[in-house]
Amino acid sequence: MTCTEFLALLDDMIDSTELRADLKDHLKCCEHCEVTLNTTRKTIEIYRSHQIYEMPAGLRERLHAAIMARCKKGC
Amino acid sequence: MATIQPIAGTTEQHPDVALVERVRGGDVSAYDELVRKYERQIFRISQHITQNREDAEDVVQDAFLKAYEKLDQFQGNSKFYTWLVRIAVNESLMRLRRRRTGKMVSIDEDVATEEGSVPRDLADWAPDPEQNYSRAELNRILRKTIKGLPPGFRVVFELRDVQGLSTEDTAEALGLSVPAVKSRLLRARLQLRERLTRYFRRRKGVEK
Repeated sequence: MTCTEFLALLDDMIDSTELRADLKDHLKCCEHCEVTLNTTRKTIEIYRSHQIYEMPAGLRERLHAAIMARCKKGC
Repeated sequence: MATIQPIAGTTEQHPDVALVERVRGGDVSAYDELVRKYERQIFRISQHITQNREDAEDVVQDAFLKAYEKLDQFQGNSKFYTWLVRIAVNESLMRLRRRRTGKMVSIDEDVATEEGSVPRDLADWAPDPEQNYSRAELNRILRKTIKGLPPGFRVVFELRDVQGLSTEDTAEALGLSVPAVKSRLLRARLQLRERLTRYFRRRKGVEK
């Protein structure tokens, strides 16, 4: 298996805990792909665990008021 | 008496379906529940596309109002959230076009980039690399890094990897094909990984 073939299957590997035998074999002898897989997993984990865009304070209240105003017009 | 009974063995009804039905019956508090459930996610999607806080706030308001007004058009064959995301994405793109003085902006635009298709910087990362930064610094790095990606990549990454939507739901919400979502996701992940390596690489002599 080449590195390009390995990377093409990256999507299936990200969330799976048990890798296919041929993928495991490739990882054993290819440090580059091992680093790529591990750091890509870490990239996702970091973005998942950090709220990079917090909702501004007051937006919920403005939104609620706007929906209520729309509702009064006819709902 | 003829009543509609759920067919035994069919998949369980999504909880949003009952809320949508209540809204259709005139219960506005049910819509409030839907807003509270999804406002953060919709804000993040809008922020990813517009990259402008004011625009993102306006998009959240416009998207929820539009969804409310168009609720009769919502078909039960798609999920409410997927339908809502589609409205928010269209509103976000409209705002982005306005900022770019009418220049066409599309999630579907073919982004000619080879970056990320083959990793170049293969340096390994330090163990727990985020520990080297304060929360504020890390957030700044993560925002700056994802901002460098095309809007279509950013929003696919947000929906699939951060919010955990399926590939099929992401494709439906963005009006993209499943292969297009997969291709964008792979490139987004690899580009983010490569860009973050600048900050997170293992430094010789620093870690023991």
